[in-house]
Amino acid sequence: MFAPSIHLPRRKTRTLEGSPWVRWTLVTVALGFLAVFLVVPLVAVFSFAFQKGWEAYLTAIAEPEARSAILLTLMAAVIAVPLNLVFGLAAAWLLARFRFRGRALLLTLIDLPFSVSPVIAGLIFVLLFGRQGWLGPLLFEHDIHVIFAVPGIVLATVFITLPFVVREVLPVMQTQGSDEEEAALTLGASGWRTFLRITLPKVKWGVLYGVILCNARAMGEFGAVSVVSGHVRGVTTTLPLHAEILYNEYDFAGAFAVASLLTLLALVTLVLKKYVEWRSEAS
Amino acid sequence: MSIIVKQLTRRFSPGGSPAVSDVSFQAPAGAITSLLGPSGAGKSTLLRLICGLEVPDVGRVLIDGLDCTALPVQKRNVGVVFQSYALFRHMTVRENIAFGLNVRRLPRDEVEARVDEMLRLVQLEALGSRHPGQLSGGQRQRVAFARALAIRPRVLLLDEPFGALDTRVREELREWLHELHERTGLTTLLVTHDQQEALEISQHVVVMSEGRVAQAGSPEDIYDRPASPFVASFIGGASVLRGHVLEGRAALGSLALSVPAAAREGEAVHAFVRPHDIKLARSVSAAGAGERTPFMGRVERFKPVGGFVKVLLRMPSGDEVTVQVPRSEFEALGVVEGDAVRADVLTASVFVGDYAI
Repeated sequence: MFAPSIHLPRRKTRTLEGSPWVRWTLVTVALGFLAVFLVVPLVAVFSFAFQKGWEAYLTAIAEPEARSAILLTLMAAVIAVPLNLVFGLAAAWLLARFRFRGRALLLTLIDLPFSVSPVIAGLIFVLLFGRQGWLGPLLFEHDIHVIFAVPGIVLATVFITLPFVVREVLPVMQTQGSDEEEAALTLGASGWRTFLRITLPKVKWGVLYGVILCNARAMGEFGAVSVVSGHVRGVTTTLPLHAEILYNEYDFAGAFAVASLLTLLALVTLVLKKYVEWRSEAS
Repeated sequence: MSIIVKQLTRRFSPGGSPAVSDVSFQAPAGAITSLLGPSGAGKSTLLRLICGLEVPDVGRVLIDGLDCTALPVQKRNVGVVFQSYALFRHMTVRENIAFGLNVRRLPRDEVEARVDEMLRLVQLEALGSRHPGQLSGGQRQRVAFARALAIRPRVLLLDEPFGALDTRVREELREWLHELHERTGLTTLLVTHDQQEALEISQHVVVMSEGRVAQAGSPEDIYDRPASPFVASFIGGASVLRGHVLEGRAALGSLALSVPAAAREGEAVHAFVRPHDIKLARSVSAAGAGERTPFMGRVERFKPVGGFVKVLLRMPSGDEVTVQVPRSEFEALGVVEGDAVRADVLTASVFVGDYAI
């Protein structure tokens, strides 16, 4: 029997950190890249928006067409986000808790809006509901307007933002397992009560994160909405479409004023996202 | 409030081997019954079938004489403690314990009183406002017990309740569970892979292997009269000796033991010998052991483990036998590696047939 005394060398390991030279080069490259591609455009948006001063900025935002664009954007988000929240929770629950035929297919289909070009997504709806589309004649007979009208914009937005909540909630549900739910069931709780009192609190930060991303995309979507919108000014133009129209009419201050609203939304989203990440790590 | 299980079968994939296969047993009212077996024996599945988290393909579950096979888990009123604790991590200890009571819509003051009672029972009065994340493993497990007991369950089902804890805490909680059971008298079913645990705290043991019941009986029955080679090898860390039936006795090297009545002359037999069922002696001449049957072995190696010395003997036949000798006894014996010793077998379980692992 002997007690070995081992003295580990107290040399600082630099294997992973590398030399200061490498570190500073990487930092410079990363920051330089961010400056060129993110900070400069951000500053540009606001400086163009305020080119003609505060009053011109406020006029551009307050004019009726801009106001209707803001309302339409909010409406699309207010409908799309809750729908995708409910669908996302149901689908995540289904995919996390059950093994069934077609599960892999469902997972793939949920990613479809991410993998398909937004313009194609818009075209799908035109082909379905347009005058020449499958359901077009039937809808026309009953005087229901989907394409080049508000319902089309809402449909396209729902489609484009479908994956966000599922994709954020599913991994959280999978890592947390279903032990607590089973315990709740043995204590007499119904399935619904278990979902509300146990599952939802467990995944709430994932849900919130998904909702924030979903909302940002719903308000910012351009491609799919552009195809189904028909660009009827003041009726079927969302904020991104309105900015494009103003830009094409060489009203740069107006276009950037509208664009600055969307940029602010992006910044608010980033702050909220960071906060949610911080809270979910803390809990 | 006995638990009776009749011909339960549960298959997870069609055509695959069943996780639980034609299992029948009875957990007597007011006793602790252990479901003992290696991992993958189907113990946890059986527990889930009894509490209703799984539905059997075939068979019935009776609690207190009532058939509850078709009853959903919420209606069975059984207390379940999971190995992973499964505490609600976003709730305090009090809220955890109160959950099942609030589900039953008990008046608030009654809920509070019951929670206080449970906290006293598990000796965690001071920690009611903590969250599970702020508790030690042993404390969490006690909260899980309190939560399961708060609903006044008809029976208590424990799935490896101490499996995730270190040895010292395990032993403390085992003692605590024993006292708890004395006080509540609740019919308890304990799933464990730890034979020490099963033999120590239960009045009835059901040994399981590959989805089936290998043997059911009192701890003494299981230990002293194993019904099959599996039980004999699983319980007590026995060594195997191989031989044949010769003149009506099991001839295992230089050893001859009595055989089961059904054995025919010349048939292969094997015997299980527990490490402490062998006494070592220095020479052959110091016999006079009466009924005991001595055999010769060579000390291959030995290792002191706490108060005992573990000795590995090599038989002339080539079989290896592990013997456990109290340290003082071994020192008095004064043998070293390579020495020949005489070994008296106090008791052994003999089975007919060839031994295959």
